[in-house]
Amino acid sequence: MIARRRLALFAGALAVAVLVTFLPARARQGASPSRPSGPPSVRVGLVFDVGGRGDKSFNDAAYEGLVRAERELGAEIAYLEPSGAEDRESALRLFASRGTDLVIGVGFIFSSDIDTVAKDYPRIHFACVDYAPRGEIPSNVAALAFKEEEGSFLVGAAAGLLTKTKHVGFAGGMIGPLIRKFEVGFEAGAKATCPACVVHAGYVGPTPEAYHDPGKAKVLAATQIAGGADVLYHASGASGHGVFEAAREAKVLAIGVDSDQHDDMPGVVATSMVKRADVAVLAVIREAKEGTFRAGMRISGLAEGGVDWVHEGPHASLVPRDVVDKVEALRAEVIAGRIKVPRE
Amino acid sequence: MNGQVVPAFLAATLEMSVPLGLAAIGGALSERAGVPNIALEGILLGSAFAAVAGMVASGSAIGGLVCGALTGATFGLVHAALVLRGRIDAIVSGLALNLVAAGGTRTLLRAFYHSSANSPNVRGFSLVEVAGSSGGHGLLRVLVDPLTWVFVGLAVLVARGLRATRWGLWVRAAGNDPRSAYAAAVPVAGVRLGAVVVGSAITGLGGVALAFSQHQFQAGMSGGRGFIALAAVIVSGWRPERAALACVAFAALEAAGFVLQDRGGALPAAFAVLPYVGTLLVLVLFARGRSFQAPRGLGVLHDE
Repeated sequence: MIARRRLALFAGALAVAVLVTFLPARARQGASPSRPSGPPSVRVGLVFDVGGRGDKSFNDAAYEGLVRAERELGAEIAYLEPSGAEDRESALRLFASRGTDLVIGVGFIFSSDIDTVAKDYPRIHFACVDYAPRGEIPSNVAALAFKEEEGSFLVGAAAGLLTKTKHVGFAGGMIGPLIRKFEVGFEAGAKATCPACVVHAGYVGPTPEAYHDPGKAKVLAATQIAGGADVLYHASGASGHGVFEAAREAKVLAIGVDSDQHDDMPGVVATSMVKRADVAVLAVIREAKEGTFRAGMRISGLAEGGVDWVHEGPHASLVPRDVVDKVEALRAEVIAGRIKVPRE
Repeated sequence: MNGQVVPAFLAATLEMSVPLGLAAIGGALSERAGVPNIALEGILLGSAFAAVAGMVASGSAIGGLVCGALTGATFGLVHAALVLRGRIDAIVSGLALNLVAAGGTRTLLRAFYHSSANSPNVRGFSLVEVAGSSGGHGLLRVLVDPLTWVFVGLAVLVARGLRATRWGLWVRAAGNDPRSAYAAAVPVAGVRLGAVVVGSAITGLGGVALAFSQHQFQAGMSGGRGFIALAAVIVSGWRPERAALACVAFAALEAAGFVLQDRGGALPAAFAVLPYVGTLLVLVLFARGRSFQAPRGLGVLHDE
């Protein structure tokens, strides 16, 4: 019996050891090269969500902004990727307590964590990319948000011109207001160029899992394709790959989201709605450096260059010239305020 | 376009049934032998990764499939060793394996492919290319996928094996009353070990289906399917053929949710919870009586 218990203890210890080795608990830090000369630089700490860095999408775009800040502004940069959801707040706190000038969280999921930590460190600047307000924004937080509906409007207009069946599809991630504005903007765009078009809209599911379930997204997209849709836009994070798969199998077109997703499936992804997290991150770091940091909600749309669509270069080769021209004309209308893109 | 709804619905149902159903068959087999297995989720994820890594390395879909199944079997072996030899609580062991799979696949994804999001693309089986956008084409694509037939075949085979072979009798005996089985010269520990390893390998095939359907691995792509499969095992009264059917029914409700969203679109949230409400209803209304009881020796340890 004693031998058994020792075996049990040993096995338990082994299990713990395996766990500890395998969990990606590496809170890695970026290089912060010393710059002996020049004006005092700004110290920036950026926190990704779990699995954020390396997502080839939105998070990598934010990282791009951080790297550009190091190169162009001489900022001292560091970043952390928490190993679990419960570590988000402590990662923010770690940077704040080290006397970082600006702490940035990437993703709407950080909104409440930033609110909490910012109140404890009133002298430090905070920024949250894709911030979703819930109540009052603390006075030291820059809430960076995007007019996704305006970018979605442009790709919707492109979809309305690209469709041959006069049916287009929208696959959203989690049901809720966050993704709803993508759908509304897309539908408005499609109707602007193709009033007779039918917009098939569906959502992957009611939980955050919906952003990581390409299996369900593929089936959702296939259902819309069977209903006639031949251009599909998605706003479903990593699930979007399933939409691209369904489009590839049926030989129809798809539209990417957040970043240029052409490379995820060339020949299928005709264009993408791009959120310029790099521009937003670089801008807020510049302000922190120059002492012009502005707190509060900052929503950038087409006019501010915060959102865009892929319409130039080899990644837009599936979009004919006349389609580009018509959509670009609509962009000018939106920027001039002659077209008001709905949000809900 | 109305004629497209039925084949599209069938295609959606079948495609979603395969990984879910394979996981449930594997889980039913393990639990029927008396070893609780909540590691289905981790096995799905781990073997999905292994299937892609195996195919990238070997260049063949069969290579990927074998890697996926072997990874499933390895998970089963570790689980069985921890539970049967190490006397670790089966729930704790299962939880640990789920965590190892979630963290381990992320770590390996970075180590092998320098990404936190996804692996490179692989071809999968793709024996016949079916182009076309109608619902019928979609259904055909699912029907020419070998893994669809692996699912159907294993559902029949495992059910029949449990019912009508000496091995099946041993498994059921080990799960129902390990002490009496041992007294009747059934090698309980060996039978349990075998059932857990084979069951986990079958669950691993579900992971292969998951990855091949996307032609790549994505972090966290199992998306809770292992736990749905576990629910199917319980709803079915620990019978693999019924568990597989429960998964088909669950997938059908999910597919119906997608079709209804596309038709009406008024209340997507209501359609999305359809499968869960359905499972609860089945559990409450039908899952009673003798044939829905858990194996009496489930989780009962047996010293030899």
